[in-house]
Amino acid sequence: MHEMSICQSILQTLEEQARLQNFSRVERVCLEIGPLSGVEIEALKFGFDVVMRNSLAAEASLEIIECPAQAWCLPCAATVPIGQRFDACPRCGSHQLQVTGGEELRIKELEVN
Amino acid sequence: MCNVCGCGEGEVRIEGSAVPHHHHHHHGHDHHHDHAHDHCELHHYGEGPAGVAVPGMSQSRLVTLEQDILAKNNGYAAANRRFFAERGILALNLVSSPGSGKTTLLVRTIEELEGRFPAYVIEGDQQTSADAERIRATGAPALQINTGKGCHLDGHMVGHAVEHLDPAAGSVLFIENVGNLVCPAAFDLGEAHKVAILSVTEGEDKPLKYPDMFAAADLVLLNKTDLLPHLDFDVAAAVANARKVNPAIEVLRVSARSGEGLVEWLAWIAAARERVEATQGAAASQFNAQTG
Repeated sequence: MHEMSICQSILQTLEEQARLQNFSRVERVCLEIGPLSGVEIEALKFGFDVVMRNSLAAEASLEIIECPAQAWCLPCAATVPIGQRFDACPRCGSHQLQVTGGEELRIKELEVN
Repeated sequence: MCNVCGCGEGEVRIEGSAVPHHHHHHHGHDHHHDHAHDHCELHHYGEGPAGVAVPGMSQSRLVTLEQDILAKNNGYAAANRRFFAERGILALNLVSSPGSGKTTLLVRTIEELEGRFPAYVIEGDQQTSADAERIRATGAPALQINTGKGCHLDGHMVGHAVEHLDPAAGSVLFIENVGNLVCPAAFDLGEAHKVAILSVTEGEDKPLKYPDMFAAADLVLLNKTDLLPHLDFDVAAAVANARKVNPAIEVLRVSARSGEGLVEWLAWIAAARERVEATQGAAASQFNAQTG
């Protein structure tokens, strides 16, 4: 539901960077998004097109790198892959997991001119 | 539209006054960019993907940002957190689905506090100031934020609300978020703890269905426990589900109606408040001495 706000934040960052780094048009936006970030990628893509309309990124393409969700398993003392927050450790079945990856919600890079 | 919260322009209202927004919108350019940019101060033609400039060809370059998308909100939240730390204020962000009994529990909590320490409330709802009025009836200062079309409070709105409310040093500030178990999880307000309220008339699988919120919370208040005899709600399963998502989460059983668990809930608040005071350290005692 808050993907539109996320897109607004992205646009604001683009406008700030345009001033700081002297560019006037964004051609490509590359985001890193983890499955535990609370963002639905399809909704984000939809919101991106709507929010970027009539902006410096009106024609920008959106590239999304999906980061893997990982957790530190205390009993195993190892990093293990997980699918969701409530998953058990795939090795030992414990829920003593500390999420270490998958919460990314980052603008990685831009292609501008 | 507000860049910070994504709300419709002028939709966010703090008790009748629209939140002042500073908009820096750069709208569509009315000129084409198929020529060199003579209005730019920096002309660097070797930064494109090719690393070279070819006259007559359009040039693009890569800008590596690695910037958190929510950095702006996190900045506002950090400013709120500094303000709370300076004044030794315990800020709690109360989150739940609509209808979990947040406001009723809050009214009862403030009554039970009996003025042991000052309490302030920020109420977040899409519309109406009904909740703030209910809180004010207890004597506690309360301020309503209407988010309009927005689905959550953000650091920016809370910063403005705190300016208006001006909570006293050493007080507890309850921020009742918009009833929504999804979006408020992502938006830090500068609080010390998120407290998730889960009523027993909801399902015990709610922590699994809305894991982000339960992962972000430090405490679950299992509310409306007076209704347990009439329901099939499995308390142990609900607690186990919450711990699957967040092994460190604390759970208290409470009922605003019967008063069950309120002593423990107040003790939890008092302990959290002491931790705020302890971290405040010497600077705090100085500040308190100055403000009396």
